[in-house]
Amino acid sequence: MAQKEKDALSGVETTGHEWDGLRELNNPLPKWWLYIFYVCIAWSLVYYVLYPAWPLGKTYTKGLLGYSQREELVAKLDEGKKAQEKYLTAIAAKSVDDIQKDKDLLAFAMAGGRSYFNENCAACHGAGGQGAKGFPTLADDVWLWGGSTADIYKTIQHGIRSDDPDTRGTAGSGMTAFGRDGILKPEQINQVAEYVLSLNKRSTDAAAAEKGKAVYDENCAACHGDKAQGSLAAGMDVGAPPLVQANWLYGADKATIVQTVTNGRAGMMPAWSKRLDDATIKSLAVYVHNLGGGK
Amino acid sequence: MSTSTDTKPSTGQAPTAEPPAEAPAGAPPKAQRRASRSMYQKHSKVYPKAVSGTFRRLKWTALAVLLAIYYVLPWIRWDRGPNAPDQAVLLDLANRRFYLFFVELWPQQIYYLTGALILAALGLFLATSLAGRVWCGYACPQTVWTDLYVWVERLVEGDRGERIRLDQGPWTARKIGRKALKNLIWLLIAAATGGAWIFYFTDAPTLLGELARFEASSTAVGFIALFTGTTWLLAGFAREQVCTYMCPWPRFQSAMIDEDSLIVTYQDWRGEGRSLMRKSQSWEERKAEGLGDCIDCFNCVQVCPAGIDIRDGLQMQCIGCGLCVDACDEIMTKVGRPTGLIKFDTQTNQVALATTGQPAPTRLIRPRTILYSLMMLVIAGAIAIGLILKPGLDISVLRDRAPLFVTLADGTVRNAYTFKISNMTRDPRDYTLAVAGLTGARIAVAGDGQEDQEAQQRLTAAPDMVATYRIFVTAPRANLQGASQPLTFRLTSANGETATYESVFMGPAN
Repeated sequence: MAQKEKDALSGVETTGHEWDGLRELNNPLPKWWLYIFYVCIAWSLVYYVLYPAWPLGKTYTKGLLGYSQREELVAKLDEGKKAQEKYLTAIAAKSVDDIQKDKDLLAFAMAGGRSYFNENCAACHGAGGQGAKGFPTLADDVWLWGGSTADIYKTIQHGIRSDDPDTRGTAGSGMTAFGRDGILKPEQINQVAEYVLSLNKRSTDAAAAEKGKAVYDENCAACHGDKAQGSLAAGMDVGAPPLVQANWLYGADKATIVQTVTNGRAGMMPAWSKRLDDATIKSLAVYVHNLGGGK
Repeated sequence: MSTSTDTKPSTGQAPTAEPPAEAPAGAPPKAQRRASRSMYQKHSKVYPKAVSGTFRRLKWTALAVLLAIYYVLPWIRWDRGPNAPDQAVLLDLANRRFYLFFVELWPQQIYYLTGALILAALGLFLATSLAGRVWCGYACPQTVWTDLYVWVERLVEGDRGERIRLDQGPWTARKIGRKALKNLIWLLIAAATGGAWIFYFTDAPTLLGELARFEASSTAVGFIALFTGTTWLLAGFAREQVCTYMCPWPRFQSAMIDEDSLIVTYQDWRGEGRSLMRKSQSWEERKAEGLGDCIDCFNCVQVCPAGIDIRDGLQMQCIGCGLCVDACDEIMTKVGRPTGLIKFDTQTNQVALATTGQPAPTRLIRPRTILYSLMMLVIAGAIAIGLILKPGLDISVLRDRAPLFVTLADGTVRNAYTFKISNMTRDPRDYTLAVAGLTGARIAVAGDGQEDQEAQQRLTAAPDMVATYRIFVTAPRANLQGASQPLTFRLTSANGETATYESVFMGPAN
């Protein structure tokens, strides 16, 4: 037993602990403090009886009150779903354009659409529809298959070049591989690439660009339009992008254009009507439309 | 040493953490060692004796005023118009609004609460540096309710002596009756305390009606029960134990007290050596014997609600209520000696009186009190200015992070923002939104008609609501000054309220 030491000033025993000359007094706790500790132990016993407490292998003691956080969560989720019901019914009943005219429905569809988008669409189109090479930016104003809410709704429903009978484009269709299939010679491809660049005032070989116009008119204008305004502006539904613009799906440099003309392109999107219900697709259409580029 | 298992240094040069098993020479003799004692302090009940005097009257006044404020405040009405609650003080947690007379606070303005708490803390510091723990002695709810409970106890069971006899006596029918009556009154007070508490959080008349008809929600009843129980327990039984063991304030209050603070002081230079007074002895004879003014009557100890002896000097348990001053003054008057043997005094003055016999001036104005006062003024001023200028409009703008910006087909650049309008008025509002800092910037609002780009847009917000819009700002790429530039949103209501928000507009790096 260590020597008990008393503090001279207060006459209280010290614990023997010392920090920089300061010694801790060993003032005893009041007895009721100890009793509160016992009460806590008694309380824990009550708790064991009433609430889930002890793990028993794959199960556990359930407690007399039958309380379960999981059931509480399920009840809360049901409550939330019930609260959503009237909006979901209204969304299912209305056209996508009418949804956008109703401020409350618009807010609900936007909030829901955001989480549906992150779950289903963001993997390719990026968060907020920012897009990636080959996957169109949904926040801009360039649309291959139409940027109205009704168009977006239809595209999400049936997909692009998908196995859905109402798909945009037809399954297996796409831009011809002009180089690989031997339709155009490398020299012609160079010329048509220069021509496309010249439309965007970025051509470096005026002579080639001039020759490229003929190649374009013969091979490309059928889909991309006589003024390279894209199939949509030319009144066709084949998904050929406009070639006079600032943002390019695969890249704006000459090498990419040459590669595109040589090998062709065929963007695809699955039909979502098989996986998502109508209200979800409508919410998505409204959300995508409101990313900024909707027409 | 190399073979020894004893690792202690033989020279004793380095001090070891453990004291050596054998007491070294010069250790205190065994007689001084205390026998092993209990780990826990036995509770000895305090029986405060009734006392009258200046400080007792002050304490009753403080009690009456504070309890009146507590019980009356939720019943004061305040007209805020047809769509707002008319309770002057209402902490409406369900609807997330705080109402304090003319002030209405939204959750976003919780910093006013921070300001109020800082102000309260500084007020506590100032009061303590001036006059010790007067907060504890007069204004703390623990003190106020304990005082009230002791008063009830005295009414039912009698004064100190009777209460001690009652507690020590057997459990007779009279004792059971007294104890039952006392606890019944205590519980009624406690229920009224708990009941008044919840009136601050909901419309008081409505809730009282519900309580009277037994229609109140289980939450309301539960909280009343909780506060009834804690009031009864803390004011009836825990009392000074709360101050000594539970409250953190006594533990660091000494940092605010200095030698110029007016604290409850026993003038030991005048009172010692204390000794009972014999009738046959005159004060001159006592003085000649070397005895002091203290006649060791223990009146100061018996009235103390903390159960301490103030003659031991300033103690952590002392709540600075000054009841011992009243008790001592009463006795001093009775025995014909000057009052003030125990008084509120500074340590500087005590030292001066004890050594030179001349009083030292009381310095209430000193750097510490000036600093606390100035800080309080600054905080109070900031709160006041904030409340006076408090706008009915607030906006918040969150820029889209993905995508950072969008290039449109014609080469213009667009940024998207989530735009929130807090309409803190009771009327619907029409606003005009404009941006500054970017030439040629056009604004569009998501939703129906989002292709309409204008220099200004009209927005609306419902009364007492936050309206959320998605805003697109578009600008020609040639007008951009680098990858990021400041952009100011300015929202103006038809009533002339204006709010601005500094955001940024981003574009391609080159």
